[in-house]
Amino acid sequence: MELTERHVEGLKHLLYKMADDLLIIGHRNSEWTGMGPILEEDIAFSSMAQDKIGQSLAIYNILHEMGEQEPDTVAFTRNASSFHCSQLVEQPIGEYDFSLVRHFLYDYADAIRFDMLSNSIFEPLAMVCKKFRGELKYHTMHANIWIKDLAEGNEESKTRIQNALNKAYPMALSLFEPSEFDKELSEAEIFSGEAKCRTIWEKEVGTVILEAGLEIPQVSDPEEYYGGRSGKHTEHLQPLLDEMTEVFQIDPTADW
Amino acid sequence: MTLTESHITTLLEEVMDPEIPTISIVDLGIVTGIDIEHDAVKITLTPTFSGCPALKIMEEMVADKLNGENIKNEVITSFEKQWNTNMISEKGLEALKKHGLAPPPRHKGYIELDVLSDTPCPLCNSRNTTMQTPFGPTLCRSMHYCKNCLNGFEGFKPVS
Repeated sequence: MELTERHVEGLKHLLYKMADDLLIIGHRNSEWTGMGPILEEDIAFSSMAQDKIGQSLAIYNILHEMGEQEPDTVAFTRNASSFHCSQLVEQPIGEYDFSLVRHFLYDYADAIRFDMLSNSIFEPLAMVCKKFRGELKYHTMHANIWIKDLAEGNEESKTRIQNALNKAYPMALSLFEPSEFDKELSEAEIFSGEAKCRTIWEKEVGTVILEAGLEIPQVSDPEEYYGGRSGKHTEHLQPLLDEMTEVFQIDPTADW
Repeated sequence: MTLTESHITTLLEEVMDPEIPTISIVDLGIVTGIDIEHDAVKITLTPTFSGCPALKIMEEMVADKLNGENIKNEVITSFEKQWNTNMISEKGLEALKKHGLAPPPRHKGYIELDVLSDTPCPLCNSRNTTMQTPFGPTLCRSMHYCKNCLNGFEGFKPVS
């Protein structure tokens, strides 16, 4: 099938939001390097960070092949308002319970998205998503183990996980902010759309939450954290970018 | 001299994984294309993990090897054929074990947690082991503990 200009525009929008989510959550995960509550978790978050940043690079490479700038330029020279990440991923790491719950909610969403996109008619994206799917398996496995163990641990661990869930769940809905391209991308069999992702996600994370003996949070305003996809971010993103690009900015032309 | 695929393969069998020096990139299963045109060859590699930092190094190692033999070459990385651990050769599985890593079990396209929880210990072959974490010192490794010989060990984790 021939892609129209509108499809290409929609695809770029989709690729930017995916890659930006991955880069920013990857950076946040890396903030646990050397700081994890136990050594294994330090390594887990560091490894997941490396996977996410590798995956973001693969998607920035596809964008580059579609005529966008070099991955480094795209990653290191944009301001917050040009980023399309969701407001969930830019939140500070907080305490370990928040980071863990965010990782659980985020990785389920990505696993579903990658699974869907493995069947996309847009081959370059389908190929990398098939690859990411296998990698993600270990992320969701890790999340499942810890959510269950902490929910079944003691009163404090259970309360902490539930509180973190109450905070992160409404934010996670921002991952599925509808896009103006959803309908056309879906009709063209490029991407089945945010609404479909969200439906599957609610069912899958809901199962884990209930099996762990936790409660699914009630969300009064599902759109509270929308806006990230069009560059509207919280006050947390720009300081993250300043830190992430600090070395690059010293000499943007340096050869590494 | 006319280039042949088997000659190139023999050369690439001498290019070892920079992080696991007992296994060649051929046995690791990441060489997905050897395309010969006249006196030049195009090598296609596929990443084990998208975030593997050894990827660029391996591209350079392949180019260095071929340059050393005065063979014109181009080395690219592509996701077109996605790597999974079933692509590691039998010889490769032995090579991993020689490096002290439990080789990944063959899988049928999906990985379940059970596969990881009774990984045979590479030191004493006991299956009385537990997985401590699916993450390790590199992206491709998990960490285990053997309840028989009481040693910690690393596994090369199965990827589908």
